[in-house]
Amino acid sequence: MKFGIVTFPGSNCDYDAFHAITEMLGEDAVYLWHKDHDLQGSDVIILPGGFSYGDYLRPGAIARFSPIMQEVAAHAKAGGPVLGVCNGFQIACEAGLLPGALMRNANLQFVSAEVRVRIEKSDTMFTNLYERGEVLRIPVAHGDGRYVASAEVLDELEAEGRVIFRYADANGTLSADANPNGSERNIAGIISDGGNVLGLMPHPERACSPLLGSNDGVRLFESILSRVAA
Amino acid sequence: MSEVTPRPGDPTITSALVAEHGLTKEEYERLIGMLGRAPTFTELGIVSALWSEHCSYKHSRPVLKTLPTTASYVLQGPGENAGVISIGDGLAVAFKIESHNHPSAVEPYQGAATGVGGILRDVFTMGARPIAMLNSLRFGSLDDSRVRYLFSGVVKGIGDYGNCVGIPTVAGEIVFDSAYENNPLVNAMCVGLMHEEDLIRAKAEGVGNPIMAVGARTGRDGIHGASFASEDLSAASDAKRPRIQVGDPFTEKLLLEASLELIKSGHIVAIQDMGAAGLTSSSAEMAERGDVGVTIDVTKVPTRESGMTPYEVLLSESQERMLVVARKGHEEEVRAILRKWDLTAAVIGEVIAELVYRVTEGERVVAEFPGSRLVTDCPTYSPDAREAPAIRDLRAADASVVPERAEEKDPAWTLEQLLSAPTIASKAWAYRQYDSTVRTNTVMGPGGDAAVLRVRGTNKAIAVKTDGNGRYVYLDPRVGGRIAVAEAARNVACTGARPMAITNCLNFGNPTRPEVFYQFREAVAGMAEACRALGTPVTGGNVSLYNESPSGAVYPTPVIGMVGLIDDLSHITRASFQRDGDTILLLGEMGGELGGSEYLATIHGEVIGAPPRCDVGREKAVIDALLEAIRSGVVSSAHDCSDGGLAVALAECCIGDRDCESGAEIDLSNYSSFSDRAILFGESQGRIVVSSSAPKRVLEIAQRMGVPCAQIGLVHRHSESLEITLPTGSMRSPLSWLSQAYHSTIPTVMARTPEHATFDELAPVAAH
Repeated sequence: MKFGIVTFPGSNCDYDAFHAITEMLGEDAVYLWHKDHDLQGSDVIILPGGFSYGDYLRPGAIARFSPIMQEVAAHAKAGGPVLGVCNGFQIACEAGLLPGALMRNANLQFVSAEVRVRIEKSDTMFTNLYERGEVLRIPVAHGDGRYVASAEVLDELEAEGRVIFRYADANGTLSADANPNGSERNIAGIISDGGNVLGLMPHPERACSPLLGSNDGVRLFESILSRVAA
Repeated sequence: MSEVTPRPGDPTITSALVAEHGLTKEEYERLIGMLGRAPTFTELGIVSALWSEHCSYKHSRPVLKTLPTTASYVLQGPGENAGVISIGDGLAVAFKIESHNHPSAVEPYQGAATGVGGILRDVFTMGARPIAMLNSLRFGSLDDSRVRYLFSGVVKGIGDYGNCVGIPTVAGEIVFDSAYENNPLVNAMCVGLMHEEDLIRAKAEGVGNPIMAVGARTGRDGIHGASFASEDLSAASDAKRPRIQVGDPFTEKLLLEASLELIKSGHIVAIQDMGAAGLTSSSAEMAERGDVGVTIDVTKVPTRESGMTPYEVLLSESQERMLVVARKGHEEEVRAILRKWDLTAAVIGEVIAELVYRVTEGERVVAEFPGSRLVTDCPTYSPDAREAPAIRDLRAADASVVPERAEEKDPAWTLEQLLSAPTIASKAWAYRQYDSTVRTNTVMGPGGDAAVLRVRGTNKAIAVKTDGNGRYVYLDPRVGGRIAVAEAARNVACTGARPMAITNCLNFGNPTRPEVFYQFREAVAGMAEACRALGTPVTGGNVSLYNESPSGAVYPTPVIGMVGLIDDLSHITRASFQRDGDTILLLGEMGGELGGSEYLATIHGEVIGAPPRCDVGREKAVIDALLEAIRSGVVSSAHDCSDGGLAVALAECCIGDRDCESGAEIDLSNYSSFSDRAILFGESQGRIVVSSSAPKRVLEIAQRMGVPCAQIGLVHRHSESLEITLPTGSMRSPLSWLSQAYHSTIPTVMARTPEHATFDELAPVAAH
């Protein structure tokens, strides 16, 4: 399977995603240049983390106008898998691929830490190798990760089972202390109504090696493989 | 030679103008002698920058020459943008540390951010991809609201810049001491990785090759930043805020990618950051290294404001700019690479055979210096050096007679006080604001003895750390200099790494004062002794003098940035106790020295006594024994004893890592020749707390290598306290208390900082 990783000016987790795919999964990956209009036959698109366009205006607001985003949107519309991580989640929200927005962290500070997230739904394209209720150890690193949406949108997301990850403690209990950025309802990741676009603030590509502290992120990529290959 | 004509509108050169440019009468006469005529205003500006302390090292160079700089694996020593060492497998590590103290004292956010940007560029211009950032920070007491403003601004500046460029900030140290009240120290270090064949030097070559300005446009910011960094801070310093550069990490990220692509492409022969003194120093230094002449036309430099004079273009310190010598005929290829990254490249001059440094404004020659004398003719000074008698008296004072406070009856109280001293307490408040895991190489991030990064594609890792104890250097600069190097070496060794080489940042006061120059000379001599004994040459660094404010000089603070190599990933060792039932050993000798300790400073407010002895031969033996034990697979954890002594080191092994807490039971009753407090809180050097499930093997290795080693206790994973038996008493500290003291202090203090600093907190330094 081929993963296409978009490099926007200022992307800096494209390299990490590339290595997670090629080294840990042994799958193909290509970098897709933001000025191009060619997904190079990629089956899965990754919008990586970083600071596209320096976060100027607001995170993701300029990147959504990059030429390649037209093809990414078309790929998503056709049901193709799109994974937006951190800045990629912000871009996906700005591009209208996912509802809601990511605002400055509640304490107004950048947060870099290993956090715990609870799997809320395991019958998705991205989480089918996890158990519902399972708690993952996974790094976050962001200044604008506080997920917000209107009460109606949040209720709709909950009702449709589209909240996929929530910040929790090691026992899986939701609490304000476990929430690193003040996200509403401890939301760490959501999925599109079609179930093929996932956005999350934590970095699964940084949790792919026991040497670096956690390989809890590997199954996210493997889940995509198992579903898309099936 | 060409005829140089003053530019219409330029000020007349007067003695007042010369003085304003920081040149002494003798230096000005030397300039006239070199030119054979009076300088133009533009020439005066150029010389003012290049002969500033910051660019010329005029007071430090003769002393720096005494440092060892060679080893078989050193590919590039001092004199380039960064030092480079080989780590085998065709790979090399480039690294360098630099100060941004003066700008940070006046504008902490931009001062620190541009410090990070500058050191990043120094590393990637060698052809290396930056893989890690470190920083060494010194501030006054956190009780002061302006210090909290400086601290939070510096931390945010470091984080925002490094995070955006996408380089993990993995290690460092932060010390709070009133000696740094009005003059914080902000030293940033960058480490990069490259293939040996990609090494490129900043040496102009090839007559006829075009010189190109690459990256951001030139503006009026930062003019005379180098000169500003070469004088004492004063009440007038705030008025020089316009001399402080403004950083844009987004442009830096693009420039990083474009520069590495340029170097790989083979279209260029040399590249250098336009850092301190901007275009002037980068072009003059590249010409000097290549032994060629250069000519530059300032009207061809892309500017962001109109009407800039040659003087302004040459001295601007606008950030995120590079000077490149391209291969003739490859200009379009260079432009195409820059265009891909939405950056520009403009030909602004060329390499010429005539040995001159020439600047034109269109047809008019506005500055011209013969040969490379602009760089080489800078005077050097060897000022008087004399120890201040007051400091000699402080050192002679007997630290052991300081009476104990009543509360110290229970050493658990003292231990908690020390763990909650901001210098010792956890710095997670700061490093949680730094992305430490991007690029997915960070095996051990901030908070341990040193950071460890894997080297992709090999079974190796590198360990990196910065260290420096200004209080020791203040009390005894020779010994303090030795300790700075030895402690950095011990820190990387605790992770399983062999210490390889250092970069240093020497932060001192005004060198024209004999007591300051004495500290500088002696500290460097101590560093040299330790570097020789430990086999860790100096590959470069930075000198920051004039760290003085109206309240006096900072502690003399040499900061060492150490790089170590771990040959096998299985040798990576952590500081925290790992396994229940492990035996705890003290590798090295119990010394009972209290002089210069954090204990005396925090508990008694005293800075007295001789700092701990530092026998560099013993330091080497301790490190060798530790590494031998680690490689034999018998070490579960290793942690250096430093600030706060053995008790603090043990507590850190218990509660330093919140995900891996352990209790311990320690018996130190054998050491009855020392007082309880000297055993617990003395900072004798060359000591490492090791835990092992095969203590006999550790003892055996230590004995074979002639290093004292003793079993002092057991790890109790499920116990909830640290218990220590002493010759005349005992103590018991619940882990929850220790953890609270260690982890909550800085967040609690910083919660007092208002979200937006008030006018009072932003008031000029002189008001404090």
